[in-house]
Amino acid sequence: MRIKCPYCGERALEEFTYRGDATVTRPESLEPSAAGAWVDYVYLRDNPAGPHKEHWQHSAGCHSWLVVTRDTRTHEILAIEFAREGN
Amino acid sequence: MSPPQINRLRDKGLVDRKKVLRFDFDGTRLTGHPGDTLASALLANGIRLVGRSFKYHRPRGILTAGSEEPNALVELRTGARREPNTRSTTVELYDGLNAASQNRWPSLKYDLRAATQLAGPVFSAGFYYKTFMWPAAFWEKVYEPLIRRSAGLGRAADAADPDHYEKMNAFCDVLVIGGGAAGLSAALAAGRAGARVILCDEDFRLGGRLLAERDEIDGLPALEWLKAAEAELASLPDCRIFRRTTVFGVYDGGTYAAIDRVNEHVPVPPEHAPRQRLWRIVAKQSIVSAGAIERPLLFGDNDRPGVMLAGAVRTYVNRFGAAPGRHVVVFADNDAAFRTAADLAEAGIKVEALIDARRDASPITQAAAESARAPYFAGAAIASVRGAHGIKSVLVTEANGHTQQFDCDVLAMSGGWSPTINLTTHLGGKPVWDHALSALVPGDLPPGMAVAGAAAGKFALTACLASGEGAGAEAARACGYSPSAPARRSPAEKTEPASPLWQVEKSRGKAFVDFQNDVTASDVKLATREGFRVPEHVKRYTTLGMATDQGKTSNLNGAAVIAGLTGRYVGAVGTTTFRPPYTPVAIAALAGHHRGTDFRPTRLTPSHLFATEQNAVFVEAGAWLRALYFPQAGEKPQETVNREVATVRTKVGVCDVSTLGKIDVQGSDAGAFLDRVYANTFSTLAIGKARYGMMLREDGFAMDDGTTARLAEDHYFMTTTTANAVKVMQHLEFCHQVLWPKLDVQTVSATEQWAQYAVAGPKARHVIEALLDSGQDISNEAFPYMAAGAFTVCGGVKARLYRLSFSGELAYEIGVPARYGDALMRAIIEAGTPFGIVPYGTEALGVMRIEKGHAAGPELNGQTTAHDLGLGKMVSKKKDFIGRFMGERPALTEVERASMVGLRPVDKDASIRAGAHLVPKDADATAAHDQGFVTSMAYSPELGTWIALGLLARGLERHGEVIKVCDPLRGTELLAEVGSTCFVDPEGARLRG
Amino acid sequence: MRYSLGSLLTNALTGNRNWKPVWREPEPKPQYDVIIIGGGGHGLATAHYLAKQHGITNVAVLEKSYLGSGNVGRNTTIIRSNYMLPGNAPFYEWSMKLWEGLEQDINYNAMVSQRGVLNVFHSDAQRDAFVRRGNAMRLHGIDAELLDREAVKKLVRFVDFDNARFPIRGGLIQPRGGTVRHDAVAWGYARAADSRGVDIIQNCAVTGFRIEDGRVIGVETEKGFIGAKKVAMSVAGSSSRVAEMAGLRLPIEAHVLQAFVTEGIKPLLDTVITFGAGHFYCSQSDKGGLVFGGDIDGYNTYAQRGNMPVVEDVAEGGMALMPIIGRLRILRSWGGLLDMSMDGSPIIDVTPVNGLYLNAGWCYGGFKATPAAGWCFAHLIATGQTHPYAAAYRLDRFAQGRVIDEKGMGAQPNLH
Repeated sequence: MRIKCPYCGERALEEFTYRGDATVTRPESLEPSAAGAWVDYVYLRDNPAGPHKEHWQHSAGCHSWLVVTRDTRTHEILAIEFAREGN
Repeated sequence: MSPPQINRLRDKGLVDRKKVLRFDFDGTRLTGHPGDTLASALLANGIRLVGRSFKYHRPRGILTAGSEEPNALVELRTGARREPNTRSTTVELYDGLNAASQNRWPSLKYDLRAATQLAGPVFSAGFYYKTFMWPAAFWEKVYEPLIRRSAGLGRAADAADPDHYEKMNAFCDVLVIGGGAAGLSAALAAGRAGARVILCDEDFRLGGRLLAERDEIDGLPALEWLKAAEAELASLPDCRIFRRTTVFGVYDGGTYAAIDRVNEHVPVPPEHAPRQRLWRIVAKQSIVSAGAIERPLLFGDNDRPGVMLAGAVRTYVNRFGAAPGRHVVVFADNDAAFRTAADLAEAGIKVEALIDARRDASPITQAAAESARAPYFAGAAIASVRGAHGIKSVLVTEANGHTQQFDCDVLAMSGGWSPTINLTTHLGGKPVWDHALSALVPGDLPPGMAVAGAAAGKFALTACLASGEGAGAEAARACGYSPSAPARRSPAEKTEPASPLWQVEKSRGKAFVDFQNDVTASDVKLATREGFRVPEHVKRYTTLGMATDQGKTSNLNGAAVIAGLTGRYVGAVGTTTFRPPYTPVAIAALAGHHRGTDFRPTRLTPSHLFATEQNAVFVEAGAWLRALYFPQAGEKPQETVNREVATVRTKVGVCDVSTLGKIDVQGSDAGAFLDRVYANTFSTLAIGKARYGMMLREDGFAMDDGTTARLAEDHYFMTTTTANAVKVMQHLEFCHQVLWPKLDVQTVSATEQWAQYAVAGPKARHVIEALLDSGQDISNEAFPYMAAGAFTVCGGVKARLYRLSFSGELAYEIGVPARYGDALMRAIIEAGTPFGIVPYGTEALGVMRIEKGHAAGPELNGQTTAHDLGLGKMVSKKKDFIGRFMGERPALTEVERASMVGLRPVDKDASIRAGAHLVPKDADATAAHDQGFVTSMAYSPELGTWIALGLLARGLERHGEVIKVCDPLRGTELLAEVGSTCFVDPEGARLRG
Repeated sequence: MRYSLGSLLTNALTGNRNWKPVWREPEPKPQYDVIIIGGGGHGLATAHYLAKQHGITNVAVLEKSYLGSGNVGRNTTIIRSNYMLPGNAPFYEWSMKLWEGLEQDINYNAMVSQRGVLNVFHSDAQRDAFVRRGNAMRLHGIDAELLDREAVKKLVRFVDFDNARFPIRGGLIQPRGGTVRHDAVAWGYARAADSRGVDIIQNCAVTGFRIEDGRVIGVETEKGFIGAKKVAMSVAGSSSRVAEMAGLRLPIEAHVLQAFVTEGIKPLLDTVITFGAGHFYCSQSDKGGLVFGGDIDGYNTYAQRGNMPVVEDVAEGGMALMPIIGRLRILRSWGGLLDMSMDGSPIIDVTPVNGLYLNAGWCYGGFKATPAAGWCFAHLIATGQTHPYAAAYRLDRFAQGRVIDEKGMGAQPNLH
């Protein structure tokens, strides 16, 4: 697999570190009522067979965290953006 | 004196007769020529019996002339360079080559294990699963060792591989895989258009089947065309040709893996040169022009030495000038194969008969028979084969049912050709069945891949050349080049539909589908009867296609047998999945230089040279090598550590702590950011102060700890544990870039930028003062415990000083730019010598941290909470931070959890060992009573006893209780008293002094 | 047909023409007591134990492909019970005991070979962690032995002791660990379950659940609707996809684990060995090939194939540990899909949908768990009660914080 880092250009898989699902959002509430949201955030995943938005870091390059949209059936990469731009 | 090459043909082939190469096979000295393979040289020497099969130990000869060879495997080379299961058909002959047959005992000719075939009916497909169960205990002791000894083929090398291997990356526009007619055409078309081309071929000579046939291209002998093509490719500016290079795998993103046999055709690689090179080729476009593989026919005893694929017979005659025999019968179901007769006749080899499996006589083959002056039988088949160690005659059943015997020493057979589509399926593409060709052809292709030539089912040479040229031009166009119009047109398709025989129904003896694994047609039938009806089941049940050739010659024949039995067509049965590698790849080649002491990089600390000079003993700490201790003459290890600890506790010592992760954190929101990543608060930290911090994971468990100093309003300097330096850095970057990108903060790793030393002991201040440039005050008042600041040392070198103590003594950590690290260590020693300073290593460091009860790696094991580590009160209740919410879940806060305690043996001389488990004093050592375990232990010179840290259920409530420390693994049990984790100076008076 | 020496000889003498199909190929009935989704090792073992231990035989196993096509036929065949945490150790030890009696139980030789599983260690800290684990095993009545460097040398003389980046200091061995002929496990359980009346239906993918009033009443399949009182999911690698059809979201990511086999060679390695300074584990099959593997590729995937970095990493681990294997050739590599759970441990539990049961999240450990997973899952389905050995494998443990995290890696599936 090769990932086109928006900063460094296309690089080999071994330069990147995977983290996982980029669609989950860290809850803001610390109230007990937020317990479900926290469990969802930390533990539950859609884990789709198909396009998957996921976090990768170009750890052997510019250290940018990226949101990569990749098809988990074919490994085809559909989109790449800086994670900070997604926020 | 070597015997003459009795089967070498005069004036034929591409071997260099002027040079003679000597080689040994099973101890016999033979000769061949440059351009030979081991197989062609063996045949030239009249050797037909080359190996033994896997299960029945049947005598076997050479079946093919390529990498699909299932039979003629040898152990090549000897000793540490022995390579078992090497296909003699692909070994390039060199002077001094040494090969031995394998899987035979006592000798190739008389193999006693061949007796297994007498019991063949018992050893039918899947027999293992039905037997060897009685008595139950016999499997490991009797049956399995027997099976293991008779299984396997060759033997591994005797010692570590002495050769070098390397890895390289290559990038190109168009990768052409296979340098036959189609591949050369493709490379030429793409290269002429200006594309960057890499052409790989597994053979040591380009040309593919052009080398093996007597074809013409554009009115000239094909070899002339080949010569011109090679010359033109060599003249193109950016076209690289990798001979002896097999592209063995297709991976994501246009990445192709190839193995380059750089120095396999010499006895030993030249000094410092690699034996093999792994190429990672990144290509925008690729063209698979890998040719096709001929299929054997299924009939009784089709495995006898001398029964060969017709195409291989032509290869040996035309390319190598080696006659596989002198009397040949050709048995096939396609016209192309009967060309063999003409080639043999031309070479002066007697063709005894042409046996055509097709019912209707073919005019083309009729003509071939006439030119070879051999009888031709249409609608005929081989009924039986005679000759165990080498074919002697065949019995032919004619169309009218009459039988006729022909003496022969070679039977050239062909069941048609299967396109080599393996690489097209590595990314999951499924092949499709072509009814006209009766073959599997490529289906969905990986992005950027095209297929040309015989691999695409274009078997005729003109079609092959045209499809290669078209694919090359198209690939160049896809890369942005403008190729000229193709010179060749693909001829109108008028190929006769193939009518494969697949299997001779009435034939005596075992009909082998998978030659190497001894899977017969009746094994496949039995499996099918037993319900194993899909190819994957048949494969796994019978081992069909699992041998070293991965079913290259057998998979489709197996499918045909299943099809015949289940009433389907072969394409509907399909085949098993092709997987990388296309041909087997040496493990060492994939590892490259990463072995031995170069397995992983070694990181050295700034004081490494100094420590080496001091005879330090080193220890691996992740990638780092750290000084474990500094023994003096005559000291035992424990004495050294005791001395180092005692010196620090009474005088002063210095330890390299540069391996700690260091992260520079700057920005107006730096404090706010740290508040979110640490469980405690840092925004309130005064400038010029340091604070111990505890970092949690988002799931609430402890992740890492360390001290962070505030150097300015908007500038913090964080330290992490050595083990987690990279992980914490990545975590901070995630937190900043993903969670809170709006915070004004920047983080950068400074681990390598700073050399840092702990100077610890009652005399530490004197040592530091001696280093400081004048006018800088580090008195206890000016620079108290947990102070941090910038200073200059040794005449203007910028330094940072932190009054931190891991040892519990008055202590400083002093950091200087890494390039001064070695000098500073020597300066510290010099300044400290009047005070009795010694360097101390990680062992003494560990002893003192255990004496002080600080958590480290064994306690920060990813399963503990801050509370478990006795740091619960540090965790803020006032703010959100990573791990806050999930850290409050019931199981993370319940009182039953194990928490960190100190342990002292009741018997002062006894030692508690880490990894021992804790049970109540009077309880048995069973899981039901398991209440925790010992995490760390040390001998405390100060207390004169062994001490330990442990995690114990309800530990904080149990100070004073005596418990049992069980170590059944090492057979010890002892009693220990639970207490505080801090064994030395619990009030902390020393470190504040 | 019972397999015995007699039946083997009789058939041999009659040209092996009378062997019967190992399993029937029935059409699905309209209604079953239990439907098990997934005809892999776990699903088939569950069917066998449902029939044998609980007398529930009106059972269908639905397999989307051929039986045994999942991880039971793609793993590195290792069995062991060298687990540390109390939630795991008794379960895996029960699995080991079932392996030890498997052949007699199902009259099928799966070649359970207790040749020992050796984990080598390279540092004092690693030794201490291994000792903690070994002692936990001993407290649970599981066999474990600590070996010093010399003892390791005796066992695997060709391991690199002298020129290593991370020298070997010793090892922890579980002598009862070993290997099993993986495919035979699926076939043996299938044959045993089939003989008790279980319908194994191949090429029958489940396309949906029919749920009424919060209770599952059957499944939609490629062969139409099939009714059932209870439905059990045993589809590791596809758990999220199947569970999603029932509206469930799981603490699981799908990852690919590659495995490798070399060409066959004469006996070289007589034990299962794992490297401690990298991720590499290896054994030699009875056919002679070295079977080995390492880390997962590390990104979510449903493609049963991996990429080069892990291939190279595994080869590097192999060469660092056993440089004698350098000239042996990798014959084949393949990939299997793993349910990587959030704490590295599995789930055997009821779900929020009544009558729907879940067996998932096996990470690297599914094969060795096959008998006990089948045993405990069958117990849960039959009785509605969690089996004591699987009591920790609850779905709500994540909300509670009762994670079973042997490696201490936290909620990061690709690190387990």
